[in-house]
Amino acid sequence: MTKRKQSSAEALELVKSGDTILVGGFGLIGAPLTLIDELTKKDVAGLTIVSNNLGESGKGLGILLNQGKIKKGIGSYFTSNRDVGDKYQAGEIELELLPQGTLAESIRAGGAGLGGYYTTTGVGTDLAKGKEEREIDGVPYIFEKAIRGDVALIRAHKADTLGNLVYYKTARNFNPLMATAAKTVIVEVDEIVEPGELNPEEVVTPHLFVDVIIEAKQVLTKEGVVSV
Amino acid sequence: MTTMTKQEMQHMIAQRVAKELKGPMSVNLGIGIPTLVAEYMEDDDIYLHTENGLLGVTDVEEEDIDPNLVNAGKLPVGEAVGAAYFNSSESFAMIRGGHVDAAILGALQVDEHGVIANWAVPGKNIMGVGGAMDLLVGAKKVYVTMTHTSKDGSPKLLKECTYPITSTRSVDMIFTELAVFEVTEDKQLRLVELMPGATIEEVREKTEAAFIE
Repeated sequence: MTKRKQSSAEALELVKSGDTILVGGFGLIGAPLTLIDELTKKDVAGLTIVSNNLGESGKGLGILLNQGKIKKGIGSYFTSNRDVGDKYQAGEIELELLPQGTLAESIRAGGAGLGGYYTTTGVGTDLAKGKEEREIDGVPYIFEKAIRGDVALIRAHKADTLGNLVYYKTARNFNPLMATAAKTVIVEVDEIVEPGELNPEEVVTPHLFVDVIIEAKQVLTKEGVVSV
Repeated sequence: MTTMTKQEMQHMIAQRVAKELKGPMSVNLGIGIPTLVAEYMEDDDIYLHTENGLLGVTDVEEEDIDPNLVNAGKLPVGEAVGAAYFNSSESFAMIRGGHVDAAILGALQVDEHGVIANWAVPGKNIMGVGGAMDLLVGAKKVYVTMTHTSKDGSPKLLKECTYPITSTRSVDMIFTELAVFEVTEDKQLRLVELMPGATIEEVREKTEAAFIE
């Protein structure tokens, strides 16, 4: 069995309007740039995007934003793309801001089959408004709901054709979590190898989480994003 | 009165807070002045944590820059000997779970009980929080570095924060170009040190919050 697809267009056949899409990356680092680029070419609308940032102005998810394909953004740091503020002011996009650790843990919980969890992060702040509060062993916590997606678009360094994944340096970030938390998980990688070539001790995402693999055609270099 | 450039002030603050760090320990550095602290650490047994997934941050030479190896400010960094990578959830388990010994953060305002505001400004869209709230609830010690006053000269150490607070938790120490304060067990500010060139009169004049001298 191989999960390898020849093109990003083929990989994205399963994405449809109105989907909630988890998109890996910390800014452009570890973002699935090839799949995002393909998504900008696809005729979809009303997407909910779960990602730490909504790209940068005119880059990555920033393109999708400017195309008006995003209905809602869920993330921790939209400040890195000034267009997000403009769209929000104009009432063209909904935003849900979460502390970065809460964003990560909510995705982890979603992937682990949990409904949510209690956290101390945010208690007593504006981001706790409207959230259930509960005292546990004398400490106040707030309830945070788990996050799941219809599709996850993620970036890894290497995959074998079964879908086992290893990552590269700080490009790992949200990717392994998102790999667990969507119905369909599509990954782009620098290199696809045969089963047996990855050391099982070093596999970070086991293959049962992964549905589709493509080779990355857009990569981040010192000179910015380039096509390979 | 002090007549330093902003950059000199920032370096002086970073150098002073670095003296508090004694290994072995893990430390998370925020963006801005905290990033400069790495330049002044004297203890080899300090491991820098960055919330985007690396324990063992070090500086990097221009020719060794890797676009996929950055800190939380998305600046290029290096990988120290003994470094480890991990995902965002593990990274925040380290922070929220109380496994990171110290966090050094910037702040927009600090109140007289050591509660800080550093993530949002009223009247502007609230667009980013990042890891600030997690660090406040989880790091064993929180050290704040900031210039003593805002650009317009108004105090940042206030009776009450007028910006949205980051956490109800009080920080442990505050470092400015004029003074070092600690937060006492009963949540009061205590002046512990005047920085070189600063006078008590200047600190009094530029501080709205009550503090123990």
